[in-house]
Amino acid sequence: MADPRTHRLRLWSSAAVVGAVLLAVLLVPPLVQLDEQAVDLSRKLLPPSWAHPFGTDDLGRDLLLRCVYGLRISLLVGLVAALVATVVGTAVGAAAGALGGWTDRTLMRLVDAFSSVPHLLLGIFVVALFRPGVWPVIASVAVTHWLSTARIVRSEVLSLRTRPFVDAAVSGGASRWRVAVRHLLPAVLPQAGLAAVLMVPHAMWHESALSFLGLGLPSHQASLGNLVQTARSSLLAGDWWPTLFPGLLLIVPTLAIAGLAGVWRDRLNPRRRSELML
Amino acid sequence: MLELDTVTAGYDRRAPVFRGASLTVAPGQSVGLLGPSGCGKSTLARVAALLHRPDAGRLVLDGTEVRTWRHRAPRELRTAVGVVFQQPRTAADPRLALADLIAEPLRATGRRAEAEGRVAELAPAVGLTADLLTRRPHEVSDGQLQRACLARALTLRPRWLICDEMTAMLDASTTAALVAAVETYRETTGAGLLAVGHDRVLLDRWCDRTVEWKDCLPAEENP
Repeated sequence: MADPRTHRLRLWSSAAVVGAVLLAVLLVPPLVQLDEQAVDLSRKLLPPSWAHPFGTDDLGRDLLLRCVYGLRISLLVGLVAALVATVVGTAVGAAAGALGGWTDRTLMRLVDAFSSVPHLLLGIFVVALFRPGVWPVIASVAVTHWLSTARIVRSEVLSLRTRPFVDAAVSGGASRWRVAVRHLLPAVLPQAGLAAVLMVPHAMWHESALSFLGLGLPSHQASLGNLVQTARSSLLAGDWWPTLFPGLLLIVPTLAIAGLAGVWRDRLNPRRRSELML
Repeated sequence: MLELDTVTAGYDRRAPVFRGASLTVAPGQSVGLLGPSGCGKSTLARVAALLHRPDAGRLVLDGTEVRTWRHRAPRELRTAVGVVFQQPRTAADPRLALADLIAEPLRATGRRAEAEGRVAELAPAVGLTADLLTRRPHEVSDGQLQRACLARALTLRPRWLICDEMTAMLDASTTAALVAAVETYRETTGAGLLAVGHDRVLLDRWCDRTVEWKDCLPAEENP
């Protein structure tokens, strides 16, 4: 990451992709007013053309439109799950770090217990408890992803807790709560925010994985995982477009979001520039 | 009267930094605590400020023995002792403007209404101009920040002030200004002072008496 030109290229290309994706998912559904679930069997499995830039699927539905709707659902799941996981993780981590003692030990053992179960398995367990839909998927991703944030926030709080400015606040009569809310939380928020953004692509991948396994959204609802899953059979018949475009729309925007998060992390913590953790 | 009575303290019970140290600061009195670095002066200062629980011994403030420390200590005891630390950079929350830094103890103790007036009163007393008050710690010099930290320690009008190497990072003129500000405060309020440092000349001129730390103990009080 020594070259500032590469850095700038990464920032702008990521920002352009994220901007285009946001415009598409926000503007296309209300402006186009087409039904992405409209079946037209006379047009099934048409290759990409001007009329259908991404082609059509095995029920004659326009893939571009379905991809945009799918991306919308995946982004929604990713954003909400990341937000919930970050809020929970920050609260748990801050409580563990700021209170210490038994609270810390109990909460961190809880985190260890959650981490010891493979998180896809835990996620599957959570969605299996409910009817298929968006909220169980969000809950499943959130329940499995607050752990790393809790650890990050706890370690930050532990290192901040011993700084003299906390001593000064204690000496100035601040309560434990006041120290946590006024001095410790604002200091860890940039790290927690970064963890949240890095979590969005990860959450999107989880939604797709669950949908691909048939455990996520109902199969008629367009989500990137569902699209790839239903396209599997046509792929074997030589029809590549129903798999390629949803797959690309999963990879490119998640890489772009991770790229933006990477730029943010470089600003926040220049010493770790060489690492790229997704 | 601030009395430290045969205090043993440290960061590992098996190897305390010092054992059985005693020191008394009477109201209005200024005591200098002199010693080489690493001997435990700062730890003793932290015990006196209720920020560090000693392994043994007692801290008595005006006849009240302190039994709980840090957050658990009663607020009126905690705020009776003001502290100024050695390094203003780490002792100031980097997100607070200097005015907020000075007003923070009043806000933290639910006396918001007095905050503005007290800041306006303290800023000139420690030599901070109005334009500096809106700046954040990274926008001012070490000396200016230490002035704000001294003002913060005085915000709640403590009965004792502990200056832990307050001037070690500062130039001569800022040192003189800060010492003068502390002395003015003490003259008007009759507060006691414990000044910790390793600058004998400064402490001898500043304080009524100077206690030297010898063989891991403040010598004068521990014959």
